[in-house]
Amino acid sequence: MIEAHAVTYRYPSADRDAVHEVGFALGLGEAVAVVGPNGSGKTTLLRLLLGVLQPQYGEVTLAQKRLSQWTRRELARLIGVVPQREDQLFPLEVGEAVLFGRYPHLGALGLPSARDRQAIQRALRLCDVAHLANRRVSTLSGGEWQRVRIARALAQEPRVLVLDEPTANLDVRHEMEVFELVADLVRNEGLGAIVVTHHVNLAARYADRVLVLDDGAVRATGCPDAVLTEHVLRDVFEWPVAMTEWSGVPQFVPLRRREVEGDARGADRALGREAERNGAD
Amino acid sequence: MTRWLLLFSTALGTIVVGVAVGPSGLDLRSVVGGVLGSAGEPTVTIVRDLRVPRVLLAFLVGGSLGVTGAALQALVRNPLADPYLLGLSGGAGLGAVTAIALGAASPWAVPLAALVGSLGAIALVYRLALIAGAGLDVRVLLLAGVVIGAFAASLMGAIMALVPAPEVRNALLWLLGSFSRASWPAVLLFAVYAAVPLVILYRLARPLDLLTLGEEPAGYLGANVARTRRTLYVMASLLTAVAVALSGIIGFVGLIVPHAARFTWSRLHQTLLPATFLLGGSLMVIADAVARTAFAPLELPVGVVTALIGVPVFVALIRKWAA
Repeated sequence: MIEAHAVTYRYPSADRDAVHEVGFALGLGEAVAVVGPNGSGKTTLLRLLLGVLQPQYGEVTLAQKRLSQWTRRELARLIGVVPQREDQLFPLEVGEAVLFGRYPHLGALGLPSARDRQAIQRALRLCDVAHLANRRVSTLSGGEWQRVRIARALAQEPRVLVLDEPTANLDVRHEMEVFELVADLVRNEGLGAIVVTHHVNLAARYADRVLVLDDGAVRATGCPDAVLTEHVLRDVFEWPVAMTEWSGVPQFVPLRRREVEGDARGADRALGREAERNGAD
Repeated sequence: MTRWLLLFSTALGTIVVGVAVGPSGLDLRSVVGGVLGSAGEPTVTIVRDLRVPRVLLAFLVGGSLGVTGAALQALVRNPLADPYLLGLSGGAGLGAVTAIALGAASPWAVPLAALVGSLGAIALVYRLALIAGAGLDVRVLLLAGVVIGAFAASLMGAIMALVPAPEVRNALLWLLGSFSRASWPAVLLFAVYAAVPLVILYRLARPLDLLTLGEEPAGYLGANVARTRRTLYVMASLLTAVAVALSGIIGFVGLIVPHAARFTWSRLHQTLLPATFLLGGSLMVIADAVARTAFAPLELPVGVVTALIGVPVFVALIRKWAA
């Protein structure tokens, strides 16, 4: 659905590429997680994939058509985005906020049709926020607001869902709820999903494929157990890690300094302790 | 539906009241008789040639300032934006004060000079805002507006310091706004001219909604942000420029009416903009009626009245906002 061929982008007045010859492909019905340290080019890559930035080299295509040949409105009917940040200049009600998701389908004038209202209701239901429809968004909790934003993206009736760090500032339950929701949408609705996240362990459990970015370049890409190795993660995040496993997928544990003190046994010890704890559970 | 009926009847009611009150108060029958021509002289002349054009111009200008304020608040994503924020009042004022200082005699000289001044300011601000890049950067737009406004104000100050006192007084009164020079040609001119930007702004209602979220989210929801911003800025400025040229600088209507409409009506621009137009028009008609009658036969500048009404309303809105 979305493909990037060796895209390179350098910000004006920067002395190195923010994204360097990155290839990317997303099909329908699969979830791809993009992970990497701060400043590794994750958000820049997203902006390239969404047509906000134009690559200096390489190209991005959507349904085999170059991104520049789509209008923003056409793009918005195919790709629903939940950006990292947005303003709430004048606090809306949840129903109004989700209505914005229908704007790519609406003309300049005229009222939403029955079809539009249906799409909104369905989006609200899928994200389990229908009961909040008349609440002001300023009164929502972080988790509720995030689900409302996903509902807005679903009201666009997109084929692809893009989420930029959707669970930053969420507690465990709300974080898991967001990942479960996205996984359901991919499985049941056949959407393609791109999730940029710092949660490598959750990426390993929910994503079909993982793309690891480091310094603007692809460090590794493929299914989680092939990509998320101790070697890659330690290199990319520049921090000692130990690997373990949870129901068939790799999970990593960042180590404390004193657990590594100079030798590999520290890491083993740490991992051993971790395994014991898991066993005790 | 009933809400719209209420709003329309409020607007119509204030227009009738606006025509009725004045140095010679009229009852409803005289107002109707004056409009239809069945009342005797001088009522017909007072109503047809003085009161009705004045009230209509006040309504149109008030409505336009309201719509412009609402659009600019979304454009620059700042609830404190008003139509004069972008340096335009400075340019208009400079033009008008120059014409007054030169002793311009024709009744159209001052409006024309004000229009030229504000168009000059718009062009300068727009040009400055594009310096940062091809897209219109709203932060630079705001700064450019403030700088151009300050520059124009200092030139205005210089002119006022150098011309005789009566001209200074006239210039000051003009700057505070008045509909005393309203006439049928002015009403028709404004109505025809304002129709285009008003319709274009209304067609941008949905992109305006999206702009309140920020540049990137708006784009993801299908808005062509760069084009929307340029169109918004140019249309809002051209609309304000002619309002200022015909009636001077009348503050607070463009600031508080959009907020009042948001609290009582809707936050979606498709309904917000028409509601703001009707509310802004009504408020301006009332303010002008107060300006004419409070110290009759002397007239207060209408900008003084809108500020006197606007500040308490603004304080109330802030309190409600904070709650």
